[in-house]
This record gives sequence, structure tokens and C-alpha cells, in this order.
Amino acid sequence: MSKNDILLDIKNLKIEGFSDEKWHPIVKGVDLTLRRGQIMGLIGESGAGKSTLGLAAMGYTQPGCRITSGEIMFDGVDLAKLSEGKKREYWGNRITYVAQSAAASFNPAHRLIDQTTASTIRFGIKPETEAKADAVTLYDALNLPNPNMIGNRYPHQVSGGQLQRVMTAMAMSPRPDLIVFDEPTTALDVTTQVEVLTAMRKVVEEFNTAAIYITHDLAVVAQMADFIKVLRHGNEVEEAPTRDMLSAPKEDYTKSLWSVRALEKDPIKEQAPILEIKNIDASYSKVKVLNDVNISVPRGSTVAVVGESGSGKSTTARVITGLLPPMTGSIEFDGSTLPNKLEDRTKEQKRRIQMIYQMADTAMNPRQTVREIIGRPLEFYLGLSGAAREKRVVELLKMIELDERFIDRLPSELSGGQKQRICIARALAAEPDFIICDEVTSALDQIVQEGILKLLMRLQKELNLTYLFITHDISTVKAISDQVVVMNLGQVVEQGKKDDVFSPPHPEYTELLLSSVPEMDPDWLTNLNKVRQAS
Amino acid sequence: MSQEQTAYSATDEVTSFLDKRTAWSRTKILLRKSPATARFGMIVIAIYIFVAIFAPWIAPYGEAEVFAQPYAPWGGEHLLGTDQIGRDIYSRMIYGARNTVGIALVTTILAFVIGGGLGLAAAINRSWLDQLLSRGVDVLMAIPSLIFALVLLSIFGSSAINLILIIAILDSTRVFRLTRSVAVNVVVMDYVEAARLRGEGLGWIMRREILPNILPPLVAEFGLRFCFVFLTIAALSFLGVGIQPPTADWGSMVRENASLIQFAQYDLKAGLTPLLPASAIALLTVAVNFVVDWFLHHTSGIKD
Amino acid sequence: MHPIVATVIQRLFLGIATLFVVSIIIFSSIEMLPGDFGQAVLGQAATEETVAAFRKELGLDKPAYIRYFDWVAGVIQGDLGTSFSGRAASGVDRSRPVAELIAPRLWNTLFLAGMTAIIAVPLALFLGITAALYRNTYYDKIVSASTLTTISFPEFFVAYILILLLTALWPVFPSLANIDVSTPLGERIYRSALPALTLTLVIVAHMMRMTRAAIINLLANPYIQMARLSGATQREVILKHALPNAWAPIATVIAFNLAYLVVGVVVVEVVFVYPGVGQLMVDSVTSRDIPVVQACALIFAITYIFLNLLADIIGIITNPRLLHPK
Repeated sequence: MSKNDILLDIKNLKIEGFSDEKWHPIVKGVDLTLRRGQIMGLIGESGAGKSTLGLAAMGYTQPGCRITSGEIMFDGVDLAKLSEGKKREYWGNRITYVAQSAAASFNPAHRLIDQTTASTIRFGIKPETEAKADAVTLYDALNLPNPNMIGNRYPHQVSGGQLQRVMTAMAMSPRPDLIVFDEPTTALDVTTQVEVLTAMRKVVEEFNTAAIYITHDLAVVAQMADFIKVLRHGNEVEEAPTRDMLSAPKEDYTKSLWSVRALEKDPIKEQAPILEIKNIDASYSKVKVLNDVNISVPRGSTVAVVGESGSGKSTTARVITGLLPPMTGSIEFDGSTLPNKLEDRTKEQKRRIQMIYQMADTAMNPRQTVREIIGRPLEFYLGLSGAAREKRVVELLKMIELDERFIDRLPSELSGGQKQRICIARALAAEPDFIICDEVTSALDQIVQEGILKLLMRLQKELNLTYLFITHDISTVKAISDQVVVMNLGQVVEQGKKDDVFSPPHPEYTELLLSSVPEMDPDWLTNLNKVRQAS
Repeated sequence: MSQEQTAYSATDEVTSFLDKRTAWSRTKILLRKSPATARFGMIVIAIYIFVAIFAPWIAPYGEAEVFAQPYAPWGGEHLLGTDQIGRDIYSRMIYGARNTVGIALVTTILAFVIGGGLGLAAAINRSWLDQLLSRGVDVLMAIPSLIFALVLLSIFGSSAINLILIIAILDSTRVFRLTRSVAVNVVVMDYVEAARLRGEGLGWIMRREILPNILPPLVAEFGLRFCFVFLTIAALSFLGVGIQPPTADWGSMVRENASLIQFAQYDLKAGLTPLLPASAIALLTVAVNFVVDWFLHHTSGIKD
Repeated sequence: MHPIVATVIQRLFLGIATLFVVSIIIFSSIEMLPGDFGQAVLGQAATEETVAAFRKELGLDKPAYIRYFDWVAGVIQGDLGTSFSGRAASGVDRSRPVAELIAPRLWNTLFLAGMTAIIAVPLALFLGITAALYRNTYYDKIVSASTLTTISFPEFFVAYILILLLTALWPVFPSLANIDVSTPLGERIYRSALPALTLTLVIVAHMMRMTRAAIINLLANPYIQMARLSGATQREVILKHALPNAWAPIATVIAFNLAYLVVGVVVVEVVFVYPGVGQLMVDSVTSRDIPVVQACALIFAITYIFLNLLADIIGIITNPRLLHPK
């Protein structure tokens, strides 16, 4: 390969961000080389600096950030040294950007086609009529419904998955040399994600455009990228061609990125159900959200409820807790019927069912210390106070693998994983039989997820706990559940033992859902689309 | 390429252990980092409070003591001269700190008790009570409050008690709106739901879960409302329908001595006399605004 | 029906409903008067017959709701009742119709408010938008600090500083703004300059701060960053991407401050002895001339409600989500 092939060459780039009255390093000296037509996956967990690096590839830094050293050679020009005005001649022209949230990134006041073609027309790449005709071709290539008309709509008039594809069309319209994709599918449901990924890959390949694809999901990036660079804490961990990295990662950290997939649960002995919900119908004001839902949860087991947004899985949790009394149906708990309304339940009934939330940040009062957070249920349910309470709080902290040094901390002084552990301790403090886990790991990084899931499994064994585990993440389901309930549009599609649900034949929706989950195989998307086209 | 430790341990997630700081040491650090404007504001407020409390000991003469010479010049026996009927302006300025600031403070506190309490109740209830109060407040706020105050004062007459009650009720509408809107955001938090699921009573939830989390914006609002109330009462007094003579009050002092301004060409000090009580009002509002601005900046964490 | 039309009609009804409730509140103020009010207005020497006649004239012998509708009907036809002043214990009635008292003054007040608005609105928008664009520069810091200071000043303080400087020390303008119907326009502007300047200073400070906050809020939207990353120039970002979404917040800021102007006018009119509605209202409050107070309050309230309604409607008709429904 000749040297002229190199499109982007970043050398020893350092970027700092301003917070708490100080400059902190975000990117700590990273090199990056990208040739024409290549796609690089940039992967890392929160705080890895991947988005900052991706934007820096355009010569852009977010407000409050600055490039302190290094160079960004784009086609022989150092973007880091250019003025804002000079850089603008590259943006929307030779380098384009696809943002994570398409809904927020489109201007609500303009039609999609005008936004798609704005920079193409501005830079005189094509005249207006030609640019618009080309946009329609792109919409068609991206499998958007009704490509002739969709451009006349406004952003709020189309769905999230469609918007993300329109944004790809917008990025492709000036026929750039480089596109930066910044987590473009993270906010989408898996079934939508497949369509968007397929469309994006198709156009990028068709026009042989170089791209940087930023994500935290290795399986997703494996479908897009020729090679992958792993970042952590602003440093490069390793870089390798996609297939090599998946088959033989060099660094331990890289392996940890799919650690949850490696988790496995020992089968348990079948016990009688502790919770059964029967024929539940529920609605928010007038909109019916649950339709004849029946779920049975055996004692000491983990039942995973899985579904996409709007499937009714979180509503099911609210019905069980009594926060949303169902219109019809009943909830049987440990042999007796629970009152539908929370207010009608006894303290003892409330104590036995506990809940852990998705966002540990909002689940803990930011003004209370760990002592108050864990101590309150001890005091409230068990009447502990003074030294006895203090002793039990420390015991609970040990149980969640933290120690007494944490007792005086406020939630803001804890990391994401630690916060979720404190929430687990608060639930345990009530000495419950049944815990509802509502997406408890989905806001966390993989390695932290693994730790939390292991902890939950260990506690289950030790304390004979029963979990209702609500999630949208199939790999988590595979890792921890005994039984699986698949929900869609407020109804239970399928329920049964994990192995039964995950082995064919599947009901139609389960098939769609399971097949849409990206696998650690660079050929997964290609094969899937072959299979789907054939049927 | 750096080799980082990947073995996982929950305690190591946050590596640096923070020293446990007491509330007092936190405050000290905070004060040390405060900008000059905020420090200036705090010093000014402290001086006002001091003067208001110790007015009778600081003032050389009584609040309503009348001397023989009206419109006496500055200096000599009367540091800042005397007013149109011969009262010592310096003493009245000092007593004014007590009366003007005191009445504004009482009014603001009352407005917060009414507006804050109802706002909290509306945020938690979110049904008929919320509807009733919110619509009522909408209507009350559809009339400019100074105008509304003028109407009510014309009916009930201008006494200190009426003034406090009227302004407090009118101003409580704004406190209600703010309290309700911040409390509504807190009420939907998972930790409030967690407390409800635990079976906590309404009182505990209000006191322990909600109140501590809406306090910072309410404290800032208290400063701003105080300024507003203070300026409204000063305006009313200036218009002659607020605090009534012979009570020493900065607003009415401006009005009483306003004509002196025309003598500025001959005696600048005389011309400045009516501006003294006015600048006393302005200085306090500036000071409070500076402190509130810093406080808001600090608690919201906005770095713009 | 197009959702915009529906929403606008809904807002109009809401505005009318508010006005209705406000008018009841203002009307009922006369109900809350102490029983011996007739005596108080007419003086201790008034005979029982004159007091009774006076009460009858006020309609106090009729049920309240009938008097309310009479009053509303009167107001709609421009009849605001009769002033209390000029009544004597003897029963001699030299009182004037309220409408006659208010009409010339209303014109004066509108003139002053309009003059202020013409200077203040463009100036404040310019300062607010530029301060937001050049955020954290010295320009922004100076503008923000000086407006924070101005906001803290009572209107009469600003007014007297101006009087001290511009009439007493360097006589440029007259300190008293005595104008009447016969004053020619140029003279009128000259005499109203100081009150207008005072109001401008106060309004600009408020409006500039709110504009700055609204623009900063708007510029934080992801679509603004997206526009920048599409190579849009600063000018294009502002005009094409920010402005079309800025009408609603800017309209709210302007309406809020014009409404504030209506209130600020009261104090400023008193300082400069400007013959406007505000001064009339304060005089009437002092003399407890309720019909005049009611009429003035109604005028201020209508203006206030109307301005806020206007801002609401501008916000609705420029909202792309309502403009182009799904």
C-alpha cells in the first residue's frame, strides 16, 4: 500500500476537558491511522475518551475541551492547527458526522430533505435539484419507506430508526472521504438496530467511504469495522483486524469487554412458585399496556422478563409492587393473594418484596449517606437502632463486597457499580424473599455488570432469594436466568425454561428478537440478512 | 500502551478515598473559593444585620425625634443633616435598616411558609388539590402584583400588618410555582418511589426525601424573593401607600426628601440626601443578588 | 381543524376565562369595603339621606351579581363609573366620570411605554444575543455584571440618579414631565426623555439577562452542534438553526418585560409627575377612590393578560411540532 492511501493520521493526540475548576486529561496521547475506504471501530467503556477522539478526528472539540498536543493529519493537512473557519470547509464536505441521538440532532424547524442536502448545496458539490434527487436515491439505498416523500417530512414526524438512517443519508450526501459514526444505534431497540446497521453498512460499502465507528458494543462494531481499536481511560489498549481481535484478543481488558457473555448459571432444583400473577390487565389512564399477562416464578430461581421498549416489562414490575393496581387479575404471593394496591398491603408483605432500579443514581437520595440509606429499612422493618443497626449495616456492606469505610459516603462519592451495590444492600436489609431487578445492569459497563451479576447470583444461593429480572439484553438473560418470559406489546409471547426458550422452534416474535441480537461474529449480519431474505 | 490492572474489585472502583469532611470544613473550603462579588455581598449583608439588630445603640438620636432645624446641612450635630420636619437623617437611616429590612424579611418568610407548604402539598397530591391551587395561582399571577397590592391597600388601608399580609400572599404565588415545579421533579425520582414501596408515611417522605433535595433552589429563591419583596415594599412606601410615618423607612425617606435634589447645584450634599436611603436599598439588593448568583452557580454546577 | 387553530382558540378561551375571574376579583374589591364607607367618602357631616342616596347610586341595594353584570356591561361600553372625589357631605356632586379622567392619561402612559419599548426591546435583544454568543468574554462579563447591578436598583433610585445628573448638575432635560394634549410631539418626546430613559435602563437589564439565558439554552441543543459539524458558519448557525426555534422564548421574554414595563411605569410616573394612569392610580389609592382604582387595575390587568396571551400564541404558531403535525 502506498503512503498516499493514508487518509487520516493522528499522532500522539492529547485532549483535556475542564471540570471542577481544573483541566483533566481525556485522551492521553493516542495514535490513529486510517486508510481510504477503511472502517475503524473505536470501542471502549464510559470515560474511555472514544467520543472525544472520534470528534477530534474531525478537528472538533466540544465546548470545555481543548487539544493540548499532537497532530491530526487529514489528507496531508493538520486539522489541529487550522482555524475554525478553515476547518469548516472540511466539515459537512469531506468529513461528516452521524450523532447518537438523531431525534435531538435534527433541527425541528426544517424539512429532512433540506437538512440532508444543506451542506452539499452550501459547498457547491451539487446544485440543489441534483442534490435532492441524490438524497432520494440515498433514502432508497438506506431502505427508507417511501423515499420520494419522506424528505418532505419534519424530524418529529418519523421514527427514531428512520431518523438515524436519514442522518446517514445526510452524512453521505456530500460524498465525504470520512464519516464519523458516534454510537449511532445505541438508543435503538435491537430489532431496529439490525435494519439501521444493515442500511449503514450497505451505503458505506457502496461508496467506499472511510469511517470511524464509535460504540461500546463489540458485537455491533464487529459487523461494521475492518479493524478495531480498544480504548480505556484515554489510552489505547490494543488495535487489531476485527477477526483477529475476536478470535484472539491479546489484552485481558479486551476479553473483559464480553465478560457477561461468558457468565453461566448452574441449573437449580425446581421448586414450587413463590409468585404467580394471573390474567393481569393494566392501563395508564386510558391506554392499555398489559393484556392478560400470566407469569409464574418458582422459589429460589431467576425469571428473566425480556422485551423491547413498550413491551410492558417494566409495567409488570409496577403491577407486582402495587404501584400500578391492575384493572383485572390477581397476584398470588407465597400461597396468599396480595392486595392489588400498595396502600392495602401490610408492612410484612411490603418487606418481603423488594425492588432494585436501573438507575442507581436516582434510586438513592443524594442527600443521605450510605448509613442512612441502608439503615432506614433496618430501622423501619426490623426495628433495629443504635449499635445493632450500625453492626448490621457493616455486615450488609461486607455482603456486597464493600467495607465499613463506605458508611459515611454520599451517593455522589461512589462509582456506578458501587452505587448499584448499595441499592442491592438496601434491598437485602429488608430480608426479602423476592427481589425485582429492573434493568439493574443496563446503565453499567461490561466489567462492572459482570461483577454485579455474579454478586446477585452468589446472594441468591446464600439467601435462597427469588429474582424477577427485567431486561432488554439477551446476553444478560442467557447469563443469569433459569426461566425466561418474552414480552411484546403488553403480552407474554413465550415463557419457559431458558434452554427451551433459546432453542428452536420459536414463536415469530421470539425468533425476530433473538436473531436480532448481534453476535461476536463478523459474518453474523451478512448471514442473518441472507437468511431473512431467503424466507 | 499501558498495562492496566484488570482484576476486578468493587472497592477499587473509586481508588482515591476521600477524607470525610465535616459540614463546617466544607463550608470553610467553599468560602475560601468564593468569588470577590460573593464575599462583598456577604460582608454587606452581615453589616446590615448588625445595624438592624443594634439600631438603638448605634443611632445617636431617636427614630422620630424632631429637632428645631429642618433641612439642616450635613456635618456638625447631624451627620447627614435633618429632614423636612427636623428629624436626624443618620438615625433614621439606621432605624430604617431595622424597619424596612425587617418588614421585608417577615413578609418573605410568610410568603415561603404559605407558598412552600402549598407547593409541596400540590406536588405530592397531583390531583384535585394541585389543579385547584395551580389554577388559582394562575389567576392571581394574571394581575401584576404591584397593581394588585395597590388595589388591596386601597381597600384595607396601609398598615404594616396589612402590607405584610398582602405582599406575602401575592408573593407566595411565585414561591408556590417554584416549589411545586422543583418538588414535582423530585417526587418522580426512584428514591421517593422506593420510600413509598417501603411503606413510609407522607410526613417522612416530605421531610426526609423531598425537602432536603429541593432546599438549594428554595434557598436561592428566598434571596431573590426577598429582593423582590424588599423592592416592592420600598416602591409602595415611596408611593406613600406602604410603611407609614413616623416609622423610619428608606422608601418613604426618599419621597420625603426628594425635593432636596434640586439643590444639588448649590450644595451637592443636600442633593445627595434623598439618594442615601435609595442607595441603602440598592446596596442590599445588589449584595443579596451577588450571593444568590454565586450560590446558584455553585449548587447547579453550571460552568457556563 | 388544524391543531394550531385549535390550540390558539383554546388559549384565547383561557385568556378570556382569566380575564373574567380577574374582573370578578377587581369588582369584588368594592364589596370588601367596610360598611361605613359612604360616610367616610362623604365626610362625617353627611346626613343619613345623602349617605343612603350615595349607597343607592353605588347600587349597594341590589344583589352583587346584578351589579357585576351592570359593571361589566358599562365597562364594555366605555362607562367606567363615576369617581368618588368631588362628593361633598351636602350631597353636592361635582364628581367626574372615570372614563373622562382616564382617557387622556391612558394615552400619555401608552406614549411613554411605547417610547421606552422602541428603544429598550432592540437594545436588550442585541445585548442579550451578543452576550450569549460571546459568552465568558470580558464583554459578556461586563454586560452581565452591570445588568445584575441595575436589576437590584429600585426604579426611583435610577430615576433620582438621572435627575441629579441630568437636571440638577448638568441641566439637559426637564425634571418634571408636564405634558398635556396640546404639547407638540417633539416637545413631548423631550419632556418624556428622562422617564423613558429610566424605564429603559430597568427594562433592558431584565430583558437582556433573560434573552441571554434563553439563547444559551437554545445553543446547548445537539442540533446546533450538528449544524456546526456540517460546516455551517456562525452566522448560519444563528440565523438558520437557532433563530427559527427562538421565537417562542424571545416572545416570552419580550412580553414578560413589556408587562413589567406596565408596572414600572407607576413608580416612574410618580417620580417625574408624569400625567399617566399610574400616577392617577396611586393618587386614587391614597384618597381611596375605589372606582378609579378599579378602572386602572382593570386596564393594567388587561394589558398584562393580553401581552402574555400574545407571547403564548407566538410560541404556538412558530412551534414546528404543532405547525406540522404527524
